[in-house]
Amino acid sequence: MSTTMSSGQQEQRSGFSGSVQVNANTPLNDAKISIEELDFFYGEHRALKNINLELPDRQVTGMIGPSGCGKSTLLRVLNRMYDLYPGQKATGRVMMDGRNIVAPDTDLNALRARVGMVFQKPTPFPMTIYENIAFGVKLHEKLSKSQMDERVEWSLTRGALWTEVKDRIHTSAMGLSGGQQQRLCIARTIAVRPEVILLDEPTSALDPISTLKIEELIDELKHDFTIAIVTHNMQQAARCADQVAFFYIGEMVEVAPAARLFTAPREKRTQDYVTGRFG
Amino acid sequence: MPEQSEHLVKSFDQDLKRLTDMLIRMGGIVENQVALAAEAIMDRNAEAATRTVEEDVKVDALEREVDQFVIRMLALRQPMAADLRLVVAALKVTGDLERIGDYAANVAKRSIVLAQFPAPQSLGGLAHMVGLVQAQLKTIIDALGSADSDKAIEVWRSDRAVDDIYNTIFRELITYMMEDPRNITPCTHLLFIAKNLERIGDHTTNIAETIYYAVKGEVIPDVRPKGDTSAYAVVRPKE
Repeated sequence: MSTTMSSGQQEQRSGFSGSVQVNANTPLNDAKISIEELDFFYGEHRALKNINLELPDRQVTGMIGPSGCGKSTLLRVLNRMYDLYPGQKATGRVMMDGRNIVAPDTDLNALRARVGMVFQKPTPFPMTIYENIAFGVKLHEKLSKSQMDERVEWSLTRGALWTEVKDRIHTSAMGLSGGQQQRLCIARTIAVRPEVILLDEPTSALDPISTLKIEELIDELKHDFTIAIVTHNMQQAARCADQVAFFYIGEMVEVAPAARLFTAPREKRTQDYVTGRFG
Repeated sequence: MPEQSEHLVKSFDQDLKRLTDMLIRMGGIVENQVALAAEAIMDRNAEAATRTVEEDVKVDALEREVDQFVIRMLALRQPMAADLRLVVAALKVTGDLERIGDYAANVAKRSIVLAQFPAPQSLGGLAHMVGLVQAQLKTIIDALGSADSDKAIEVWRSDRAVDDIYNTIFRELITYMMEDPRNITPCTHLLFIAKNLERIGDHTTNIAETIYYAVKGEVIPDVRPKGDTSAYAVVRPKE
């Protein structure tokens, strides 16, 4: 178990001695992001249909569903990544702190600093570990050398990587293992101090131990960040998420606290999916 | 248990079916044990009593088999939602059935002692109680096979009647004992028999709750009817 947890956080673990928290009956916080009547189009194709979903503040929302159900698309909407591609558009509202982030006048650089994203495959830049972290920070803030050193150490510590790399932060990030690279990417995302972190299948390319380290990290990070995670691994959603949303062919079929969705889903399609009756 | 389309992994469906079949088989043996125990008391049939006790070995073996199978399924299949509820329900139901088997065996053992005494004044209440308990057990084992939450609720509600008869028998037997101390030995055994039957009713009710949860995914939305008031009963001798 991590040594950085306060006693209050440990109490929440209700005596469970494993490394990942069991989210039994965790009450959901107020929404950090409210998605309202959201539609998304790839050209003519309507990939998301009238999505209404709230992401609770400083908790983890898991998104599950078969391939092509729209869960990754939804993540891409939350930091306006789709703006990079012509012919893709979102209608409806995604309210964060009272402002609609899919509105045309949104400052995308500011938004992406507030809403960070980590991808399926680790994507370290071909530079040193230190520079990987500093790179994004420099785009948004002017820091002195010592401030930057501090920020790099803070980010790597929060990314659960510092103790493993502190003696070689000026060596290439490409020399890290896959699991370490992914934690570096998470540290890099944290470095600009976002409010929301989006994780798109962050462990699908990792071995089971690296996966558990990332899951433990997610558990740790949710005390400060609102997290949305897309995963194909149902057990992972069950382990990490406070609430889980099930998507099917562009629709959000059901959203519920994780403990309920995996024990007693209300919708038949959810039931069929989580029990492995169709995929 | 609930009606489902098939799993992508066919062997998972086979496992679930095997689990349900084991429970029904165990339920059938236990049902038979209770019937034999009833015969042992009502007809003073010593052979029925012996068979009740002998059947217990089968029940215990099946309980172990179900327990191991459930643990294996949890580890290898990692069931979710309705599957998870069914697998956990199996673990609980098997425990309740095993207890019911034990109570039936205890009733049977006492019937052998009882047979050494003259027949008591009245076994009418007890016969009625046995009938009710058997009917409930049969219904609940049917409900287990057909994943029928309505039948489960029906059984759950009817436990009150068993408790009411038990209270009556309790008072009746104490009265007999006060009338003539020679009644104390047979009546004490009868009292335990009645208590065992009342406990069988309670375990049947437990199974009803478990089935309801497994099928519906929610607990029975009502307070369990509690009718056994014998713990507070005072019967005073007539002056």
